[in-house]
Amino acid sequence: MVDVMHGVPESRPADESDDVELYHPHSWITKYVFSQDAKIIAIQYSTVALAIGLVALVLSWLMRLQLGFPGVFSFIDPDRYYQFITMHGMIMVVYLLTALFLGGFGNYLIPLMLGARDMVFPYVNMLSFWIYFLAVLVLLTGFFLPGGPTGAGWTLYPPQAILANTPGQQWGIVVMLVSLILFIIGFTMGGLNYVVTVLQGRAKGMTLMRMPLTIWGIFTATVMALLAFPALFVGAVMMLLDRLIGTSFFMPAIVAMGERLAHKGGSPILFQHLFWFFGHPEVYIVALPAFGIVSDLISTHARKNIFGYRMMVWALVAIGALSFVVWAHHMYVSGMHPAFGFFFATTTLIIAIPTAIKVYNWVLTLWQGDIHFTVPMLFALGFIVTFLNGGLTGLFLGNVVVDVPLSDTMFVVAHFHMVMGVAPILVIFGAIYHWYPKVTGRMLDDRLGKLHFWVTFLGAYLIFFPMHYIGLMGVPRRYHEIGAMSFVPPSAATLNEFITVVALIVGAAQLAFVFNLIWSLKQGRPAGGNPWRATTLEWQTPQTPPAHGNWGKTLPVVYRWAYDYSVPGAAEDFLPQNQPPDPRTA
Amino acid sequence: MGIAVVLALVVIGSVVFHFLSPWWWTPIASNWRYIDDTIIITFWITGVVFAAVVLFMAYCVFRFRHREGNRAAYEPENKRLEWWLAIGTGVGVAAMLAPGLVVWHRFVTVPTDATVVEVIGQQWQWAYRLPGADGRLGAADVAQITAENPLGVDPKDPHGQDDIVIQGDNLHLQLGKPVKMLLRAIDVVHDFYVPEFRAKMDMIPGSVTYYWFTPTRDGTFDVLCAELCGTGHTFMRGNVVVEPESQYQAWLQQQKTFAQLQGPTRTQAKN
Repeated sequence: MVDVMHGVPESRPADESDDVELYHPHSWITKYVFSQDAKIIAIQYSTVALAIGLVALVLSWLMRLQLGFPGVFSFIDPDRYYQFITMHGMIMVVYLLTALFLGGFGNYLIPLMLGARDMVFPYVNMLSFWIYFLAVLVLLTGFFLPGGPTGAGWTLYPPQAILANTPGQQWGIVVMLVSLILFIIGFTMGGLNYVVTVLQGRAKGMTLMRMPLTIWGIFTATVMALLAFPALFVGAVMMLLDRLIGTSFFMPAIVAMGERLAHKGGSPILFQHLFWFFGHPEVYIVALPAFGIVSDLISTHARKNIFGYRMMVWALVAIGALSFVVWAHHMYVSGMHPAFGFFFATTTLIIAIPTAIKVYNWVLTLWQGDIHFTVPMLFALGFIVTFLNGGLTGLFLGNVVVDVPLSDTMFVVAHFHMVMGVAPILVIFGAIYHWYPKVTGRMLDDRLGKLHFWVTFLGAYLIFFPMHYIGLMGVPRRYHEIGAMSFVPPSAATLNEFITVVALIVGAAQLAFVFNLIWSLKQGRPAGGNPWRATTLEWQTPQTPPAHGNWGKTLPVVYRWAYDYSVPGAAEDFLPQNQPPDPRTA
Repeated sequence: MGIAVVLALVVIGSVVFHFLSPWWWTPIASNWRYIDDTIIITFWITGVVFAAVVLFMAYCVFRFRHREGNRAAYEPENKRLEWWLAIGTGVGVAAMLAPGLVVWHRFVTVPTDATVVEVIGQQWQWAYRLPGADGRLGAADVAQITAENPLGVDPKDPHGQDDIVIQGDNLHLQLGKPVKMLLRAIDVVHDFYVPEFRAKMDMIPGSVTYYWFTPTRDGTFDVLCAELCGTGHTFMRGNVVVEPESQYQAWLQQQKTFAQLQGPTRTQAKN
């Protein structure tokens, strides 16, 4: 362990290190709009992602209004309801979570935490953002085109996704697929950049096994995304061809509403395999950065090293690798060959082991810590609870035969919202409260932050915990209303009303967060360079917010791991990564 | 401080809700009690883990909260503890997976004495076909579908002539008799789902999928579609009636065969 944690790097002194030639902007436009600075690109990514996230939030309100008070809001007809859930799901998973974790946090933190001046390919990085922005705009056009956005469900299963009787069949599905294709192109540019920067751009002494877990999480997720998104890419291209020029990749012979279609010979289930070959790693593409970030939040605010760092790194890598051989657990009842069930149930439950190790190590980091109940810490604690809850219900759905009754019910909706909705979003909030001072130089308001935490955490738990039981009863997901089901007691309607009311309140609390973000920009308490007294490099920059090039004249040199908190004998309860060892003790 | 109390309350509240909630699965009406048993095992194991981890967390948060002059311990890792936790988790996972796989094996092994029922899904209704006196279903294909032959039964296949076709009506099943549901869709993906039977499977245009079960309780049950199939998905409902053999046979006698249904059209065509 000593080699990982401490020691002088075998390298030249910092002032002799090679410097990267940086692109220097010449105008306001190249500095703030078409910027090549990863920090500006990170802010651009985050702002667009949070803005589109607000659209998804409003959509969730609308769908909850329909479920809680069926029949009251007559404009939410089945078509619109399906459009709302589809857009909500796709926006949250791809355009918010993926973009914010990798494009937002990845861009901001990779160079700063690794002691680099910028990403390795700044121009490509800029293109990555603008293509992402274009993808978002194309996605939004769906709301204004004839027929509206697609209502095929975020999984876009053919044949229904491209047939009449599904809302948005005219243009909505086309712009959705085009937008996804654009997103993947943009992401690939950014993703290659993150990977190369992590592998090539680290400061002297920053060995891979000294990187903060945040970087490990983002790095592993990016590698996974580069391998997983191509499956969605080809799926989207093939479906687009089926829709526009009448090919039959996913379309068998079909008689729809008495009309014989021209398609013949295609395989609907092939799309499901392509979709989930992307879709399952996607869950971890969102989860791994959250795992990494939350590890650093817990360690910093508990003033204690992360417990079992090496195990944490290997667990991240193991989860990343295993996540490519579990995709068909989304397809246990798809009609694929039943023998697959044995294989995918086994791999899926095995993935629980490295995941559980991560949970144990977060909790064991709290053990004998010096826990400060800062807002980031509160969100991190909330994450552990919701992630644990959602992970454990995954053991129901991953165990093939248990999935049979629960699949396609509200149990699934509750599960994935808890595990990949609420949990990563709590981390995003915690991370924003944590790094906002570095990005802006000012602290977010503490009281508003605590209010935001309590309403969001408790509210989200009250929304999704009881929802499992609606699903256990057998209520299917993607139903416009429960209507008359003989096996559902009338009290279920009351529960649905309750969930809707809580959802409205939780949604409203997010407005307090948005207000806090804007208000603190000018009015927040000045943060100083390292308000949390953290060890990682981004807190050791000469300026806050960090200037172009991050490090002034000389690059930092790294002498220790990222978790030297409360080291016995040290004067302070943290030792920054770039602090040389004491010559007397070294 | 407050957070420690809240964490403990989350555990207590969740456990109390679990046991007092009026929302629970609907009483089973098939042989898949094994599935329910596996769910119960999983609830216990995951519930204990959830309560243990969150309560431990609550304790840590209370015990190791920041106070003036406190300093955290410095303990990078503890290999022994980490391995024991990993092994313990592995045992818990195996305890859920093993019964799960055994039951899955039963689920995918159709008994030889199972009768066959074909379910056909289309936007947004259910239709059914039962083998006639010869005990075999005739061939069927989307290419054969016409207004008079909406299920696409092959008119040239002699096995199909005596098939019983049920459209716009409930399916009846015989109590205690294993049944293999052959699932077919002619437009988009559907899923024939009866919560009381615990079983479901997607039906995919272009293929035939299946599952089997034995109805163990008589009554009338809701049929729902469990795979998003377009605007009318929510309203793709039906009923299935499970009844003892005598009543089932009486119902069966009243049903029309494919040949009978085609008969009038053919006569008209000749005229």
